[in-house]
Amino acid sequence: MSLAKRIIPCLDVDNGRVVKGVQFVEIRDAGDPVEIARRYNLEGADEITFLDITASSDNRDTMVHVVEDVASEVFIPLTVGGGIREISDIRRMLNAGADKVSINTAAVFNPEFVKQAADKFGSQCIVVAVDAKKVSQPGEPYRWEIFTHGGRKPTGIDVIEWVRKMDEYGAGEILLTSMDRDGTKIGFDNDLTRQVSEAVRVPVIASGGVGDLQHLADGVLLGRADAVLAASIFHFAEYSIGEAKAFMKSHGIEVRD
Amino acid sequence: MQKIAVIDYGMGNLRSVVKALEHVADDKHEVILTSTPEHIFEADRVVFPGQGAAGDCMRAIDEYGLRDTILEAAKSRPFLGICMGMQVLIEHSEENQGTECLGFLPGQVRYFGDKHCDSQGNRLKVPHMGWNQLKQTRQHPMWQGIEDGARFYFVHSYYLQTEDASLTVGACEYGFEFSAAIARDNVFALQCHPEKSADAGLQLLSNFVNWDGQP
Repeated sequence: MSLAKRIIPCLDVDNGRVVKGVQFVEIRDAGDPVEIARRYNLEGADEITFLDITASSDNRDTMVHVVEDVASEVFIPLTVGGGIREISDIRRMLNAGADKVSINTAAVFNPEFVKQAADKFGSQCIVVAVDAKKVSQPGEPYRWEIFTHGGRKPTGIDVIEWVRKMDEYGAGEILLTSMDRDGTKIGFDNDLTRQVSEAVRVPVIASGGVGDLQHLADGVLLGRADAVLAASIFHFAEYSIGEAKAFMKSHGIEVRD
Repeated sequence: MQKIAVIDYGMGNLRSVVKALEHVADDKHEVILTSTPEHIFEADRVVFPGQGAAGDCMRAIDEYGLRDTILEAAKSRPFLGICMGMQVLIEHSEENQGTECLGFLPGQVRYFGDKHCDSQGNRLKVPHMGWNQLKQTRQHPMWQGIEDGARFYFVHSYYLQTEDASLTVGACEYGFEFSAAIARDNVFALQCHPEKSADAGLQLLSNFVNWDGQP
């Protein structure tokens, strides 16, 4: 027995409320991040990731309160992403009770920020989020590029070179989202995940495209991911985290019971 | 009122340790986060957490002037070291081109290595991050109510190697078996994060709140 593969539900939070509608039976307030986090914790989630999609920076304090409230009663690792641009943003989230922050756009525009953040707070709490899109033509060897602005803007940066650099700069973990698969429910881009996972020393979280439990297992078995992240299949109670774990276990994957 | 002091020396996220202790402690206990020696000495029990690199931790301990306080507290009352708080109790760490630590307990802290593999030759990621099993290698009051082999949350790139086998009370397997929990007299220290380890972690913290410091 050894290290378990992790299952991480992800919640999009806009101005303190969970969006993309979470649908649970027996839940009083489907928009309350604290109540949903509590529920996922009871179901056996290994970590919880919050993505702050609040557009206005004036409302960013709301996220701090959400993290504070969740951290007072949910005792598993909590990650916060979205709008992390400065050292002070990281400090605020960690002080509120987050264990890790995920840095996306700010890393692309200023890679040194990752170095500074890891030096200051330790690699263990710095996740670099990577939005990747396949740019190779059919018949060519696969190649993926970093995109920003929700997958709309290419940067010209090769994904494999980028994740190696982020590993070297002190990222403690890579959260890898396939922008080709995000929202499609046809499964992770397992070629992408495997290439990234083999390119870096640090753990890789696969994200983007999960539609069923086989997809989660494939992320680990084919993509060699260390953790799998999903949103909608858990939110809409299509599957519980317990069912996801039982399925993965039946496919020979080590999970936390 | 019993006091539990969590030593604050500017290293990392101590909020979750405090919150988890408050969650398990009853109203007869007060949890304080402090860097003041007098407050630490007033406390009935002391928690010594830590995150980040060994070199930074040792520097911070000296900048806060807490070296003697930590050593004194570790000799005199129930004392819980967590993660880096466990590693710096040891003599020496390989981190940051070699760091002399507090030397309270014998041993070395070593890097897993960039080519860390399991017994079948599969490459293992470093840091060792996630939920792994904690095997209780010796009985200890701090294990009360916790299943042998329960999973705890780990995140670390360096591990403890100790020549003194009597120190180890818990082991974890990641490529090889390493010492993941150690104990001597009134000191208990572990590599994983009980404050982030759900029910098993909360049980361990609850045990600490009620521990009389006898092995």
